[in-house]
Amino acid sequence: MENVGGRSKKILLGIFVKLKKFFSSLFKVFFGNKLSGMGTSILVFFILLGIIGPYIFPYSTSISMEDQLLAPSFIHPFGTDLWGRDIFRQIVAGTSDVLSIAFLAAIFSVVLALVLGMFSGIVGGFFDKFIMFVTNVFLTIPSLPVFLILAAIFTVDNAVTFAIILSIFSWAGMCRSIRAQIISLKERDFIQICKVMKMSKGHIIFKELLPNVGSYILINFIIVMKNAITGSVGLMLLGVASFEPTNWGAILTSAKNNGALINPHSYMWLFAPILCIAIFQLGVIILSKGLDDTLNPRLRVM
Amino acid sequence: MEKVRHFAKKVWMFLYQFRYFFAKLGISILTLCAVVILSFVLIVNMPGTVIDSFAMQLSIQRRIPLEQAMILAKQMLNYDPDSSLFSRFVVYLQQLLHGNLGISIKNNAKSVNIILKELLPRTLFVSSISLAISFFLGTFLGSRTTWKRNSVGSKILDGYIVTSNAIPDYIFALIIITVFAFNLGWFPNQGAYDAMILPGFNLPFILSLFFYATLPIMAYVFSQLSFWSMQMQGSALGVLGEDYINAAKARGIPKRIIVRKYLKRNAMLPLVTQLAISFGVMFGGAPLMESIFNYPGIGQAFSQAIVERDYYVVQGILLFVSVIVIGVNLFADTIYSFIDPRIRRSS
Repeated sequence: MENVGGRSKKILLGIFVKLKKFFSSLFKVFFGNKLSGMGTSILVFFILLGIIGPYIFPYSTSISMEDQLLAPSFIHPFGTDLWGRDIFRQIVAGTSDVLSIAFLAAIFSVVLALVLGMFSGIVGGFFDKFIMFVTNVFLTIPSLPVFLILAAIFTVDNAVTFAIILSIFSWAGMCRSIRAQIISLKERDFIQICKVMKMSKGHIIFKELLPNVGSYILINFIIVMKNAITGSVGLMLLGVASFEPTNWGAILTSAKNNGALINPHSYMWLFAPILCIAIFQLGVIILSKGLDDTLNPRLRVM
Repeated sequence: MEKVRHFAKKVWMFLYQFRYFFAKLGISILTLCAVVILSFVLIVNMPGTVIDSFAMQLSIQRRIPLEQAMILAKQMLNYDPDSSLFSRFVVYLQQLLHGNLGISIKNNAKSVNIILKELLPRTLFVSSISLAISFFLGTFLGSRTTWKRNSVGSKILDGYIVTSNAIPDYIFALIIITVFAFNLGWFPNQGAYDAMILPGFNLPFILSLFFYATLPIMAYVFSQLSFWSMQMQGSALGVLGEDYINAAKARGIPKRIIVRKYLKRNAMLPLVTQLAISFGVMFGGAPLMESIFNYPGIGQAFSQAIVERDYYVVQGILLFVSVIVIGVNLFADTIYSFIDPRIRRSS
């Protein structure tokens, strides 16, 4: 019995050590330098705001005309809108929406780019040429008009359709560079050695090639998130995507359509979502720069 | 016979020189086909009620019975839901090849060609001026800050680049229209020129054109300037390591001249292709910017048509903008190998 207990302890210890290693390496990547630390903090702040925020600051849609367009105060940090609803709570309620659209769009486009890019890089031949043609088409067609058309054809009413529409145009460039990286990696010595050693294809793809494009994917994941937010808010401003009224883009749109551009009393209504978008984007950009510095050390020499 | 063979070989050699151009031409044409198919899909998916309401509108306007108006509407739009998809596509292609982009179903059956003819100059005016300003200013700033990398100016530029990346261009547009047009009232908040001035080739009219375009140009320049200075910095950093820069330094050439004649000229070459691409990006981004500024250009017409579900205008403008973007890209690719001999040799 003692022996068994000892063994299980050892296994647990092993798992613990591995987890510790994993988390410390994760910590090193995301808090490796000042830039990525700042970016990660901003991102984590918004994620927490999206998850826990609605429980702390519940948002009620009830209208009260006495509180119309109040100035920022302790009770209403960002003031109130035309219908007397607290803007800060609206923004908190919309955070999870904005983030889920961004995350989903990033996941869709990264997965698409990764699968097609790796496949065309590894297989080559006709398939490669065809995929490169398709990416070329997607890179040349002006994206915003097609976004608009797609958003008009499919009624956008949930995060998934929105994310799909947004990711349609963000995978092509990524797919090209993943393919180029795979092709250059294929000729490197370590892959050649793996081939000579008759290692399985799965091993080469998942254990040798994938980690080498990992940093590129991580950085681009973040950049696609940024672009998805830019695109989604743009579509909302044009009024093609009707969505949750608490989404930052929707708040901005309703402020714009209800005279916030003209009325100085409602500037907070207009600038609160703008501020949130700008801070979030700033965090994302800083994080991607910081990650670039830690994961691609050759750039540091320059 | 020998002569013919010789001639054929010569022609072949001549064409062989331009093989990359032909490959790119082929890809461009295929891309264009993809756009045509996309816009055809848009028309096919159009709900039938659109035609009904168009016929109603016609029958009221022209005082004709509804059945007659329905037939007229179908004729005007070349809309025939009973025929096969293929024959509809053929008819659609025929119309396109005749240069007929369709007619508006919401705006008094106005032809899309006329809409484009009216609105294109305005969009071109704004986008070309802002592109020129941001290109020259951006390359200047980029090469300057690469040369003096630790100066205060380059720190400021870095800060500006990060900020302008964080704020999407249309949000910047919203901010400046709020501040300069609605709050301070320095600039007009809509339109392309003063309605009180007679349009024509006279000084007040041209001045009012520039005056009304100031805010859109500002917004475009704000977002484009960071892109150009960033590109220029990247490109100039590569040039800075070249031997000829070191040789010029060793020869005692003044720094000002090194920056202007050695660094900037060489670093600017790869940016020429980008120039064309970013022209396309600006054209594509026009719907948002123009609708925020209420600037009557192609972009605003497009976004309005989307909101009003004016299908024919949407596909017409999409096709037109795509043709411009694809053509400009092809032009940039072709011209690049002529202005930069290093590329020609390596490819």
